[in-house]
Amino acid sequence: MKARVLVVDDDPALAEMLTIVLRGEGFDTAVVADGSRALPALRELKPDLVLLDLMLPGMNGIDVCKAIRAESGVPIVMLTAKSDTVDIVLGLESGADDYVVKPFKPKELVARVRARLRRTEAEPAETLTIGDLAIDVPGHEVTREGKAIPLTPLEFDLLVALARKPRQVFTREVLLEQVWGYRHAADTRLVNVHVQRLRSKVEKDPEHPEVVLTVRGVGYKAGPP
Amino acid sequence: MKRRVLAFVRAVMRLAPRAGVFARGRVVAFGVLWRRSLQFKVTVSTLALSTAVGLVLGMVLQNQITQRLTDTKREAAIAQTLQVVRTAENELVGISDQDALADRLQNALKKITSSSSEDQGVAVSAAGAFEPVLTAGGEDSTDSAGPIGKVPEGLQRFVENNQVTWQIHTTTDADGARTTHLIIGAPVTSTGRPIQLYLLFPMTAEQNTVQTVQNTLLVGGLVLLVLLAGIANLVTRQVVRPVRQAASAAARFAGGDLDERLPVTGEDDLSKLAVSYNEMAASIQHQIRQLEEFGTLQRRFTSDVSHELRTPLTTVRMAADVLHASREQFPAGLARSTELLVDELDRFEALLGDLLEISRLDAGVEELAAEVIDVTSIAQRAVEQVRVIAGTAGTEIQLELPPDETPAEIDARRVERILRNLLANAVDHSEGQPIRLTLAADEHAVAITVRDYGVGLRPGEADLVFNRFWRADPSRNRRTGGTGLGLAISHEDARLHGGQLEAWGAPGHGACFRLTLPRRQGEAFEESPLPLVPADAPVSNGHLQVGLPTEYTITIGEMPKEDA
Repeated sequence: MKARVLVVDDDPALAEMLTIVLRGEGFDTAVVADGSRALPALRELKPDLVLLDLMLPGMNGIDVCKAIRAESGVPIVMLTAKSDTVDIVLGLESGADDYVVKPFKPKELVARVRARLRRTEAEPAETLTIGDLAIDVPGHEVTREGKAIPLTPLEFDLLVALARKPRQVFTREVLLEQVWGYRHAADTRLVNVHVQRLRSKVEKDPEHPEVVLTVRGVGYKAGPP
Repeated sequence: MKRRVLAFVRAVMRLAPRAGVFARGRVVAFGVLWRRSLQFKVTVSTLALSTAVGLVLGMVLQNQITQRLTDTKREAAIAQTLQVVRTAENELVGISDQDALADRLQNALKKITSSSSEDQGVAVSAAGAFEPVLTAGGEDSTDSAGPIGKVPEGLQRFVENNQVTWQIHTTTDADGARTTHLIIGAPVTSTGRPIQLYLLFPMTAEQNTVQTVQNTLLVGGLVLLVLLAGIANLVTRQVVRPVRQAASAAARFAGGDLDERLPVTGEDDLSKLAVSYNEMAASIQHQIRQLEEFGTLQRRFTSDVSHELRTPLTTVRMAADVLHASREQFPAGLARSTELLVDELDRFEALLGDLLEISRLDAGVEELAAEVIDVTSIAQRAVEQVRVIAGTAGTEIQLELPPDETPAEIDARRVERILRNLLANAVDHSEGQPIRLTLAADEHAVAITVRDYGVGLRPGEADLVFNRFWRADPSRNRRTGGTGLGLAISHEDARLHGGQLEAWGAPGHGACFRLTLPRRQGEAFEESPLPLVPADAPVSNGHLQVGLPTEYTITIGEMPKEDA
């Protein structure tokens, strides 16, 4: 079955071009030009991934991102024209999993989209523990003392990557490659923001993390069970 | 005794430096206060000047009073004396006999005393009490009557010459009490032999009066001085306080509190100052606000241009790539056109990116995302990224890295970009010769040099390489397709770190770029751990070409050529 991508972009030319490229790569696409119509389209079409332009009429891309994230864990890739740190961090914090800075090459975009969709493939049955959390890998479920903690697929992947090798310290670059699928280290801010987001969900006290530990000057590692 | 003196001298010698230090400290403190406080200055000046004026005035006043008192006393005393002389003349008529002289004199003295008043040897008159003395001028004590010892000899000589003379003279009694007398001497002329009469008027009353006046003047003067100092202090404070307020308000204004204003009260000069100051502040505030607005607009503009340009560019880019992907199906001309389109789009993109980057750097909106990170690994990463273009150019990249990690507080993205730019630039100009990247660090700084052995830089060009769109040789083909902004951006990036990016080059001997960054942000370094001019630099004709404004062309005389 073809993966379905919802393109939320106000620029008709770019939206059409995105459609051509994605269709050419074997994706099913739907286009929404207005931010305020993104949510109804999401409910109706149930896409596997959302391509979201940050600058939108009607509703700010950031707000759309937050609204989508409030309802669904669907992977979100932002299209942004700004490489300013603040905008990217803001986008990531509002729930986007990854971003592509305009102008991007079609291959780059497709690679990101594929990386985000990769997770739907079947994985062997596996149960991991990290800190005081239990992870059911194929079931995509994280529990603390029997209570489920809802995570987005990306946050789940990040946690699993750390939990699989509990003694290893992961540099941000390694995490980027394993979780996001980047070949060449691009932007370690992605990792920082997502670790913060993950911590806000799984840590009892995000100020004093016990599940995802920071190793100063190197990266992150899993907390002891 | 001698020992005690020595001990005293030693004690003085020991204490003198300490006293000197103390005194110097006081003088320094005074100097500081004098320089810093207008109030102190005015008060001290007022005090000093009024002390001088008071002193002069007091002395003149005292002199006048003393003079007047003495004059009055003297006139009265002379009148009294003349009167007494007449009495004495009557008493001493026809005196000549040596034997009777003493008795006669005693009698006359008694007469003089009793004619004025009673009491032993002391008479009272309009000029006050007096003691009479009669003397015949002989050496013998029998030649005189009364306390002749109190009469100075100088005066006696004048009177012996038949002159009425006066003198103020202080005598000391047997019991040590000092008394000042006004002594009037007059010759008694009616006698056969010269007799002199002296009247001694004690000046005790006058002295007391003068003393009282002196004390009054002193106390009054002191009180006046203290009052004057107080007044001066108060008055200056009235002036100085608003000035100080203005100064601190100006300091706060300069510190960024643009709403700071001075309170305006009344219509005096100080309020005029306040009004002018406030007008100035308002004008400056207006200008700053305007500049800030321009800055915000500029930033917004940059951001908008970025977005507005990038969206269509993305579409064009994607379309071009789709065309490019299927170029094999096109006829030759069309296929080549697609290739050119994609290549030039790459350049256009790079140029747009660099332009936006440099405009952000110019606007000062760029922030340093510094964290402690290993510089060696960044250098390796940058080299990896450039290896492909270096490979096509046939240029080998040699690395000279320290064995250990070199952590420094830097913005990894920017440093990587600087190194990428330097390496790409070196590849562009290497002429196929190897490039050498050297990294070294000391306690305060990390330095990276990128050395190439290509055409090098002509004298003066080292200053130009960081200029925007400057090209050493416009005719040279470019492999990396640099935008012409790479080194300018790198220069700004280095400056953002508080570091330096410098260039050196000699024609035919290649170039060397040195990046020096502080190991901790906000800390200064004094010198780079690596030399800018490489060790294998030529020393030809005694001329050494050195780059950047901070360093100058050094001309060295004849130097032995090194065997490199």
